[in-house]
Amino acid sequence: MGLFSFLKEKILKKDKKVQEKYVTGLDKSRKNFSSKLKTLSKKYQKINDQYFEELEEILIEADVGVALTMEIIEATRIDATNKGITSPEEINELIVDKMFVSYANSGDNIVNEIQFSKNGPTVLMVVGVNGVGKTTTIAKLAYRYQKMGKKVLLIAGDTFRAGATEQLRIWSERLNCLFVSGKENQDPASVAYDGVSLAKKENVDLVILDTAGRLQNKTNLMNELAKMKRVVAKEIEGAPQEIFLIIDANTGQNGVIQAKAFKECTSLTGVVITKMDGTSKGGIILAIRDELGIPVRFIGLGEKMDDLEEFDLDQYLYGLCLGGEE
Amino acid sequence: MAFESLSDRLSSIFKKIRGQAYLTEANMEEMLKEIRMALLEADVNFKVVKEFINSVKEKAIGEKVLTKVSPGQMITKIVHDEIVELLGADQCGLIFSPNGPTTIMLVGLQGTGKTTTAGKLARLLKRKMAKKVLLVAGDVYRPAAIDQLETIAKQVQVDFFTMGDKVSPVQIALKAQEKAKQEHYDVVIIDTAGRLQIDEKLMDELVDIQKTVKPQEVLLLVDAMAGQEAVNVAKAFHEKLSLTGMIMSKLDGDSRGGAALSIKHLTGIPIKYIGVGEKIEDLEVFYPDRMADRILGMGDVVSLVEKVAEEVDEKEAKKTVNKMMSGNYTLNDMLANLEQVKKFANSKFLSLIPGVKQQLNSIDFNQLDKRIKSIKAIINSMTPYEREHPEVLKNSRKLRIASGSGTSSMEINQLLKQFEAMKKQMKDLPSMMNNPKMRNMMNNYKR
Repeated sequence: MGLFSFLKEKILKKDKKVQEKYVTGLDKSRKNFSSKLKTLSKKYQKINDQYFEELEEILIEADVGVALTMEIIEATRIDATNKGITSPEEINELIVDKMFVSYANSGDNIVNEIQFSKNGPTVLMVVGVNGVGKTTTIAKLAYRYQKMGKKVLLIAGDTFRAGATEQLRIWSERLNCLFVSGKENQDPASVAYDGVSLAKKENVDLVILDTAGRLQNKTNLMNELAKMKRVVAKEIEGAPQEIFLIIDANTGQNGVIQAKAFKECTSLTGVVITKMDGTSKGGIILAIRDELGIPVRFIGLGEKMDDLEEFDLDQYLYGLCLGGEE
Repeated sequence: MAFESLSDRLSSIFKKIRGQAYLTEANMEEMLKEIRMALLEADVNFKVVKEFINSVKEKAIGEKVLTKVSPGQMITKIVHDEIVELLGADQCGLIFSPNGPTTIMLVGLQGTGKTTTAGKLARLLKRKMAKKVLLVAGDVYRPAAIDQLETIAKQVQVDFFTMGDKVSPVQIALKAQEKAKQEHYDVVIIDTAGRLQIDEKLMDELVDIQKTVKPQEVLLLVDAMAGQEAVNVAKAFHEKLSLTGMIMSKLDGDSRGGAALSIKHLTGIPIKYIGVGEKIEDLEVFYPDRMADRILGMGDVVSLVEKVAEEVDEKEAKKTVNKMMSGNYTLNDMLANLEQVKKFANSKFLSLIPGVKQQLNSIDFNQLDKRIKSIKAIINSMTPYEREHPEVLKNSRKLRIASGSGTSSMEINQLLKQFEAMKKQMKDLPSMMNNPKMRNMMNNYKR
């Protein structure tokens, strides 16, 4: 049962500050998840069908999703029978192990940081449904890469929501980075065009393109995204290099549908989970990965500018299941 | 498909049992399992699902002996009743203060749609209840939140109150209420900043606002896409603020809003309004029975009728019907009809018609839109005389129309054929109308 100690050992070598952030940020999730596991293992002397049923409930309550939950439980059950494991504690470790394996096996290798192109600006397009925190995440990303010495330009591609452009403008002023905006209700593709043209002129390293929030079942709005993407690609070859879907950690199973719809229309390169602090169950991370193979690149763990962290599966599981126990 | 919507899913389950003569323990077991999965995938809270399944089971077994109606019908009714129960028995409106202005506070997590809903609610109160409304910018934290509300206030033409972002929200709320009293406003809507339910400092701030202005309504915004956690969020807000109701936002997406339904069940907070679109008029009163129908895919006929009445110009419709009946149907009328069809197709209410929901998924609306566009172009390229007398259209005229509308004479021929076919059908209409069956149906509609 090496996974727990393996994780712990691995985590100890990592940045203490980041680790703390994960532990406090995931405080609520952990209380829900790991304490439930613990209570459960105390309740049962030996495992039986009912035990697995309750395990299933815990996973579903964490928004892991019905299908994946069944899969994980089934795999655990088989493994337990094969290895003759009967103690609840060991089963719980096995379950965390399965979650880990499920995530790691469901997609490509994971590189979190934005992949910069060798020459010319790198364009990151940010998409998502309404109210998930796109604009705030953009500000956090801009802050992150400016600190790394990158020259950043923000494009206010949300010309629809009242105040959206203003919100991004205020951020750009606070961060002191370049900013391009259009008029209210202007075609966002033309704003994107203006932005990338300027980026080429000014030798910008990173262009972050904000887009209006849209529900994934609105065909017209989804087509608009595809158009923005085409316009950007015309100006800069290979751009946008990165397209991030922002998902609110409070989202339930609709998150998977969101990821699917956005993936079809814009070929996503990553997911950012926001509002992970406090409220979240975050099981949607596993569900999305399982269903679509898109990796989570960053997670938002708080309201401050530097509360955006690279997504780290070890840290995540550690924070979720173990952290702060001792 | 990874997920079917709750209504699709349930209707396919019901189809399965519809064919069977009796409700057996075995086929009910399978069905209940499916219902459980469907509800869980719709983010209905787990505990609620458990209770729900148990009570459906109990009721179904009890009734099995007594009745011999089709099992499908029976289960549909039981499930329907249970969902209505889950949603709360009756629709309930806003509580207005008997004297002086009524104060409404909107609270919730970040990004649930408080500011947008504040605007929608202001419009609704102004338009439908003729209230004098003051919108108050109480979100001093999110950059540009004040600008956003100001823009919306202008859009819906109600007054707007701000003291900038340097003043405490408690002060703002108090000053706004004073102004409302002096200037005889009917309703004060206070927008507040989004916050996590575990953020004690910000939660206390809400409590302070509440203590200071004593609002009649404290409404929680709940995102229809929210997951299992939604119940805990609502509980935390409810404990601090004793909520008077909630508004479910973003119901125009493809989520079923299961979590919000569980909140109603577990906390007893009634759902008062639902947000069904991005436009400022997209806020509707919530009706539990209608919602249950919608969830079950039984169609929401009452909403439909109301929508049609709102969107279709009645006079215009009567005129066309008369024309159809008289046999004087011209291309001009066809054009007018297409406009109405387009209005229909673009609005949400098609999905409210029973049974249409499934078919809708197979229609390509872009294609339909394009077709209507080109027909419009063709008819608009004709002279008024040609529209009234399409029989004069010969080759040279067709060529002119084709180049004028950017189509081909083939497409024009197609359109003319379609038109002739329609005209022929309409000639047969009057005799069809005299058919007793048809008359009955029409009478039913009138009721």
